[in-house]
Amino acid sequence: MLWNLPFITVVVLTFIGLVTVLLKKNIIKILLGINILESAVNLFIVALGYRVGGVAPIFTLAPSELMVLPTPQALVLTSIVIGVATSALVLSFAMVLQKKYGTVDIDKIRRLNG
Amino acid sequence: MRMSRIVRTAADILFPAILIFGLYIVAHGHLTPGGGFQGGAVIATGGALVIVAFSYKEVTEWLSKNVLMGQEVTGLVGFIGVGLLALAFGQVFFFNYLANSGSLFGIPVPYGINAGELNTAGVIPLMNFAVGIEVWGGLTIVILYLLSGLEKEGC
Amino acid sequence: MKKMLVVGTSLLILAAFFGVMAMTFSFGSPKMTDMDDYFLKNGQEQTGSNNECTAVVFDFRGFDTLGESTVLFCAIIGVALMFRKMQGGEEYEDE
Repeated sequence: MLWNLPFITVVVLTFIGLVTVLLKKNIIKILLGINILESAVNLFIVALGYRVGGVAPIFTLAPSELMVLPTPQALVLTSIVIGVATSALVLSFAMVLQKKYGTVDIDKIRRLNG
Repeated sequence: MRMSRIVRTAADILFPAILIFGLYIVAHGHLTPGGGFQGGAVIATGGALVIVAFSYKEVTEWLSKNVLMGQEVTGLVGFIGVGLLALAFGQVFFFNYLANSGSLFGIPVPYGINAGELNTAGVIPLMNFAVGIEVWGGLTIVILYLLSGLEKEGC
Repeated sequence: MKKMLVVGTSLLILAAFFGVMAMTFSFGSPKMTDMDDYFLKNGQEQTGSNNECTAVVFDFRGFDTLGESTVLFCAIIGVALMFRKMQGGEEYEDE
């Protein structure tokens, strides 16, 4: 069972992130849960493309000719940048909400103001 | 608020070193691990060091937001322009028209494990520079806007 | 009480699904590698770069990078729009 350790880590991280998003009441804590979920998905995609005994897919002074697959790494590059964009937008929303409502508790932000 | 004299001097000395290291990562994107996005993030971290060491009021006197926004727009327009220029050569959009051709970045590469040469990969270094400039301007302007929304200037 | 019951049942179903997935996937021998074998064999000669990852991101799959640059640009425009100052000194319109 220990040879599957990256996939077990993916499952544990997904559960931590999902429980945080569903059960917490502060906007900043929900944002941290979204970030943990994103890290779990990126780890899963990169772990799918591993070959035993392979090196990084770069030809400059490489130790051997058996390389891991390069396509999942390209997809994960895009996903990380989109996570950064999402986090920046949610943080700016939290600042404007705190200025208008006085709190960041999602139970108290109920009606549209103005 | 302004930090002490030791922190300000260290930030003054460290920022050119971080800038040159980030530009090295961007420029050698086709030979070593790295590329446009990673190098742009490194340079934006150096910018954040300067903004934190000197207070926000001082930094906005000599770093205007319009210049950074123009830098970000130039990066995206340059990226699309390099792709559209392939239509003028008779090929499809985003074709690599400079690889293996003998002009600007076009020396052919021998097959297998070799030591790497800077002059080689065609359109890819131009795209790396465009994306690096876009990410640098974009991340620095996000830090400046988030700091401008604070109310009391004691932070 | 009812909310806890719904959350607990959904997490239990997800736990069964993920448990089966974690036990039966094999780590270290991917099943279908035809496209990546073509990239590794012909990428150095067709694009002229030593770094296969950068060749895949910027040359073989350039449209994905174009979409990602546009998403980053739009998110930064969104952050800049939230902190505007209208004329007359009031902030954050609809005041």
